[in-house]
Amino acid sequence: MPSLTLLGQSVLSGVFIGALYGLLGLGLTLSWGLLRQINLAHFALVFLGAYLNYQLASAGLDPLLTLAVTAPAFFVFGVALHWLLARFSVSPLNTLLVTFGFMVMIESLIQWIWTADFRRMENHYGNVRWKVGELYVPLPELLTLIVAAALAYGVWALLRYTDLGKAMRAASEDAPVAAAFGINEKRLALLLSGACAAFAAVAGVCLALSHTLAPAQIYAWIGVVFAAVMIGGLGNPVGALVAGIVIGVSEALTMALIAPAWAPLVSFTLLIAYLLFRPHRLA
Amino acid sequence: MKPLALFAAVGAAFAVVPFLGLPAFYESFLYLVFHWIVLATSWNLLSGYSGYFSFGHAAFFGAGVYSTAVLAGKAGWPFLLTLPVAAAVPAALGVALGAIVFRLPALRGELFALITLALMFVFATIVLNTPLDGGPGVYMSAVEVPALAPTPSGSFYLLALILALGTVGIAYSVYRSRFGTGLFAIHDDEDVAEVMGVPTYRYKLAALALSCALAGLAGGIHGVFVSYVTVGETFSGWLALNVILMAALGGTRHWAGPAVGAAAVTVMTFYFTTSDYAIAGRALVGLIFIVVILFMPNGLLGRFAVRKPLAARSEATAAGTIAVQGKREEPILVVRGAKKAFKGVQALAGVDLEVRRGEILGLVGPNGSGKSTLINVVSGHYPIDGGSMVFEGRELAGQAPHRVARSGIARTYQIPRPFAHLSVLENVALPPMFGQVRMDRRAAQAEAWRWLAFTGLEKKALQFPKDLNLHERKFLELARALASRPKLLFLDEVLSGLTPSEIDGAVRTIRAIREQGATIVFVEHVMRAVMELTDRVVVLTNGRSIAQGAPREVMRDPQVIDAYLGSAHA
Repeated sequence: MPSLTLLGQSVLSGVFIGALYGLLGLGLTLSWGLLRQINLAHFALVFLGAYLNYQLASAGLDPLLTLAVTAPAFFVFGVALHWLLARFSVSPLNTLLVTFGFMVMIESLIQWIWTADFRRMENHYGNVRWKVGELYVPLPELLTLIVAAALAYGVWALLRYTDLGKAMRAASEDAPVAAAFGINEKRLALLLSGACAAFAAVAGVCLALSHTLAPAQIYAWIGVVFAAVMIGGLGNPVGALVAGIVIGVSEALTMALIAPAWAPLVSFTLLIAYLLFRPHRLA
Repeated sequence: MKPLALFAAVGAAFAVVPFLGLPAFYESFLYLVFHWIVLATSWNLLSGYSGYFSFGHAAFFGAGVYSTAVLAGKAGWPFLLTLPVAAAVPAALGVALGAIVFRLPALRGELFALITLALMFVFATIVLNTPLDGGPGVYMSAVEVPALAPTPSGSFYLLALILALGTVGIAYSVYRSRFGTGLFAIHDDEDVAEVMGVPTYRYKLAALALSCALAGLAGGIHGVFVSYVTVGETFSGWLALNVILMAALGGTRHWAGPAVGAAAVTVMTFYFTTSDYAIAGRALVGLIFIVVILFMPNGLLGRFAVRKPLAARSEATAAGTIAVQGKREEPILVVRGAKKAFKGVQALAGVDLEVRRGEILGLVGPNGSGKSTLINVVSGHYPIDGGSMVFEGRELAGQAPHRVARSGIARTYQIPRPFAHLSVLENVALPPMFGQVRMDRRAAQAEAWRWLAFTGLEKKALQFPKDLNLHERKFLELARALASRPKLLFLDEVLSGLTPSEIDGAVRTIRAIREQGATIVFVEHVMRAVMELTDRVVVLTNGRSIAQGAPREVMRDPQVIDAYLGSAHA
């Protein structure tokens, strides 16, 4: 049995990694829940964002400032992606295939520019950490948690309380009827798709701050992040974050109490259990 | 040429290759082509035919690889004895997964895709962390391979050839069978397929098991072929992508599509990986993938995927009557206290209803009174909350919809729901294949021709539902319901949206149906037709039956007038 401090530290790191799951899941849950698109390219975008961040930071730019470049650029990509999918009226399942193609292309691009080697961003945030009681709190991870919580809550409130958010939910429920009530659902969808891609840029910064990067790792995030998205409820940004943290903490405890190598099974087990016992919560 | 002869000829032609004394390169290259043909075709059996996309084919392939690796490489079993295990282990794992996912009420397709993707990482983790592999990989260079040909590479070539021929043969016979027709129906509209009698859950599991077993066999052979297997190489997302690309490129709705796609992609990848542009080649494969899905959603063989009719128009079954078994006028369906609620809305609040053999029973009531819900509950589409429904002495509550269909109940949908990718003829031929009498495809099509003639859709038989207008789609619904020769037929607003002259024609048609011996429950708002057609009428309001009897009397009932027009008129 590991010491209490060790357990506390691993729960804390579980919360931090879970926040990253939730942040990656934010764009996914919105595009799946509201646009009926399952966007695998999102993962590749997050990594592209992280690599761009790495590149610009090596040139001396503050990691957080690089967002001013990457977020608008990704927004445009998201708009273009949705335009393409809508133009060819791609079915929900086929969006999975088309974005799979984009994921492979972006992965090849990353590998071509930055090679398959591991890259680690050196920056002044990485070395800052505080000691709270017995526990260490690193700044990059804390930043991720704050950003993830703020974005998730912000998007949730936007969807719930503003006219724009209500229009988006109406358009996703029944686009033709929403259009008949004067909602420009096509433009809203483009906007939303762009926003999802911009969220990928934000997640990319957080990923680069706290993780070592390699192109092949894109695939490693898919299972666990989608588990968070599904357990959290499609289209529910706060749900994805909470589910992400639950998964993150369970993984961390598995690592501490059993063995690190078994952690990848945790999200899958949770998801299967969820599907078995709460199948009606989906959709 | 007969397909069997064609298979034999192709097999024989390729079987001589190892005996020609060509350089081993050719055998090994063709081995890879066959290997990918097996993987792509086996993937297509479930994912192409039924539309449940699996992203985890590598997981099942890998389960086969490691079954053979552990048994032959570590435990010293003879190679051929390990192959049945390499097929059985992935099949069992696939069925266990399907048993959970295929039962879900919603998003089955999307969840299946993502869970199979996750499954690959799960299998990889398990194999890596247990003595199955443990990390260093498994060597199989000492495993003896039966000498089928003069050289070892020739022997692998022949093994892969046999497996490829077998797999494509299975894909061909499934494509032509009742099983395959059921899978295609699942692809287009799973709920309707189930209501028409297709045992969807069992079919999906069977297709998944077959698909996994064939992928596992390919894995068992491939592991020994490469002679050293590692977790990283075996469980790769790249394999799943490749397989889907091949099937989508060739055409997922044709039995030969994945094989054609596999051959094309294998040749293409070979040229790229041996050149200096391996990364660019990978990106190009991703690009081709996108372009194919966008511009050729049906693949290279898409235009050939339309199945030719087995029975010609002249073979239409002679008009016979649907045998009326049992006495006329006796109750055929007795519903007592049927209850159904949707999130607080009590759609059925205890409906009592009796349908008598040989009658046309009108089921009327204002919008939202529970008419369609009653049909959905009787046909098993929605599970009933309480009460009983006894059809010919058998309780229907709790039965799967396909069992209800087999007991002789058919229905139409108010908004027509044809199978979009099946021809009109095949749409109508589906219920007889899965109804009370389980006809083969040929007999079912002969039967379908008869009902197409009956409903005047003969000329449209080889077209697709999208080519029909609303009137024709409604009649397609009707023909489809009739083709199963139901004892009890529910017609859900077949007249709505038709012009007055079309209604006259439809009324004549429905009379003719009753003449053939079916019992009909007729849900309709067009009162003129209700008055003309029905023997008795039951009125529903707010999920309860408030009146029943002869049409003219019931319509004078103050309660009924109140329900329809409000109390001011009563």
